[in-house]
Amino acid sequence: MSLLKTTFTKLSGKKALIPFVTAGHPNADMTVGIMHQLVKSGADVIELGVPFSDPMADGPVIQHASERAIATGTGIRETIAMVKQFRIQNQSTPVVLMGYLNPVECMGYTEFVAAAQDAGADAVLLVDSPPEESTELLELLKQADMEQIFLIAPTTTEERKQMICQHANGFVYYVALKGVTGSANLDSHAVNKDLQSVRKHTDLPIAVGFGVKDTQSAIAVAEQADAVVIGSALVNLLDQCQSIIEAEKAIDAFIKPIRTALDSL
Amino acid sequence: MTIKYSDYPDQRGHFGQFGGVFASETLMHCLTELNQAYSRLKTDPAFQAQFHQDLADYVGRPSPLYLAARLSQQCDGAKIWLKREDLNHTGAHKINNTIGQILLAKAMGKKRIIAETGAGQHGVATATVAARLGLKCVVYMGEVDIARQAINVYRMKLMGAEVRSVDSGSKTLKDALNEAMRDWVTHVDDTFYIIGTVAGPDPYPQMVRDFNSVIGKEAKKQFAEKVGGLPDALVACVGGGSNAMGLFHPFLDDLSVKIYGVEAGGHGVATGAHAASITAGKVGVLHGNRTYVMSDDQGQIIETHSISAGLDYPGVGPEHAFLNETGRAQYVTINDDEALQAFHTLTRIEGILPALESSHAVAYGLKLAKTMSKDQNIIVNLSGRGDKDVHTIAALEGVTV
Ligand SMILES: Cc1ncc(COP(=O)(O)O)c(C=O)c1O
Repeated sequence: MSLLKTTFTKLSGKKALIPFVTAGHPNADMTVGIMHQLVKSGADVIELGVPFSDPMADGPVIQHASERAIATGTGIRETIAMVKQFRIQNQSTPVVLMGYLNPVECMGYTEFVAAAQDAGADAVLLVDSPPEESTELLELLKQADMEQIFLIAPTTTEERKQMICQHANGFVYYVALKGVTGSANLDSHAVNKDLQSVRKHTDLPIAVGFGVKDTQSAIAVAEQADAVVIGSALVNLLDQCQSIIEAEKAIDAFIKPIRTALDSL
Repeated sequence: MTIKYSDYPDQRGHFGQFGGVFASETLMHCLTELNQAYSRLKTDPAFQAQFHQDLADYVGRPSPLYLAARLSQQCDGAKIWLKREDLNHTGAHKINNTIGQILLAKAMGKKRIIAETGAGQHGVATATVAARLGLKCVVYMGEVDIARQAINVYRMKLMGAEVRSVDSGSKTLKDALNEAMRDWVTHVDDTFYIIGTVAGPDPYPQMVRDFNSVIGKEAKKQFAEKVGGLPDALVACVGGGSNAMGLFHPFLDDLSVKIYGVEAGGHGVATGAHAASITAGKVGVLHGNRTYVMSDDQGQIIETHSISAGLDYPGVGPEHAFLNETGRAQYVTINDDEALQAFHTLTRIEGILPALESSHAVAYGLKLAKTMSKDQNIIVNLSGRGDKDVHTIAALEGVTV
């Protein structure tokens, strides 16, 4: 059974918390420590952003984090190496590599999948590779017992929802708003309504992300979801941290209350 | 099996391994709607009639096919014909596409127009048609380009467009495109994104090509009337590749016609400071399609260089990638200094001031003509006029205007 499946099964109805951080941000030495702290403070799954020079779907916070990471030498290979290092101590928290297709294309699908599998990554989410264009990569990932996460958005039609859910594995990622990561126009009422319609097409867990920034917004979207993804707000906090000690403190102060609130649902 | 080049793309927007729809999920439905609307309207007689009337009465088409006699003489080789897109309203081929897309936007009931621009020509062409139809218009432009194309920025503002400065990444065309995409996902319900070249996710590459193919259709007819038969070669500069696809497309299945796309060699391909994505890039995915991109070995898009802002783009339209792979077209490079020299040559001996982008095509046309015989003919696409570049050229040559 895949680590993602095991994780969601173990939660048995409790809401999963999925923080997103950009690999190599605020610097490459801190990322693995940050991942461990996320788990300590209550993360069930980690989304690790692969820095890309042209992050079209990201708002200013994650753009800036990617720029900082690239400037100090973190790319797709370094990101995969960080997962490998994380796995030395942690074999139970699923890691999802999240990013854009070009670095993967550049590395080559076969080499990428082999390296990611070897490092112990569990799944891949590529914002600009919808199911229609993912046939080859999806097949390679399946052969490696890895999963490819697909997105559903507020603009996705019923017909597309069905098609996406047919290809989906791991979990379904619901994009909570029309906009880029870190936007402020979350409408949790609309999200909860739309999630019910996604549910009709799949038995997989559904995670909600984009625009979730604190305890209140996490609780609001967790009503109908199985998991909540928090990215920009966390990345923004880490941007200020000078050392791993500071980062650990900031993570704990930010993540723990959200964990507690989700557990009380 | 012979390939029928004009049949591409396939149903899902692929030109062989290139093209496609590599977009975020939020945009997928909107791209499907756009595709459906475009498929319907491209064969709709009323839409086509309106498009061609606007091209005639507002843009000033057909643009002349001009025999550059003195230029040809100087080469002592093939005759050089210039397709005069520089004489269009707003000064470049870009308006052919914006006229088409804004009609589509109107037909789809969209209220707000966005665009990206590098040299500012596409931005101006978009601001122009938006002003004409009374639609709100926002143009994204890199901070670096804003500085080097000040006149076009002012022209856009005069026409009521809002120019938003983009300070992320390399602060040039690719970043303006990223920012326009971000705007689009945020305002997907009421906004129409007018992409300025044959890039982006399907249906943009075919749509922008179709609107610009008026260039090649006219040229073919004009050549048959003036000379008879077909030209021996076509030459056009390639940034994203819209003026080039516009000229090439009606000739793709005429295999006797040789086709040359000219990429920006910058300081020379060997120096790394260039924008020759086909010549020196690798297959990747950028801005919604699979094509040749300039990236490092980790897949990060790298900064390009060209003397002309309009060629300064790290990708290229997927149909060009396909024409290169199949060998139907050849892609060559012209360096900054060669383009500059061609700019002066054309200005001095024909009295035509070409855009720096178009100067790349002229430079290659001159080289090519010398290798051909006097009874042969080359059509060079003069994609735009050079007024916008006068300040750049003066500054390079140490002249204060
Ligand atoms: C006059 C002119 N020619 C060519 C180009 C390059 O674009 P494309 O390759 O799409 O024709 C530009 C772009 O700004 C331009 O202004």
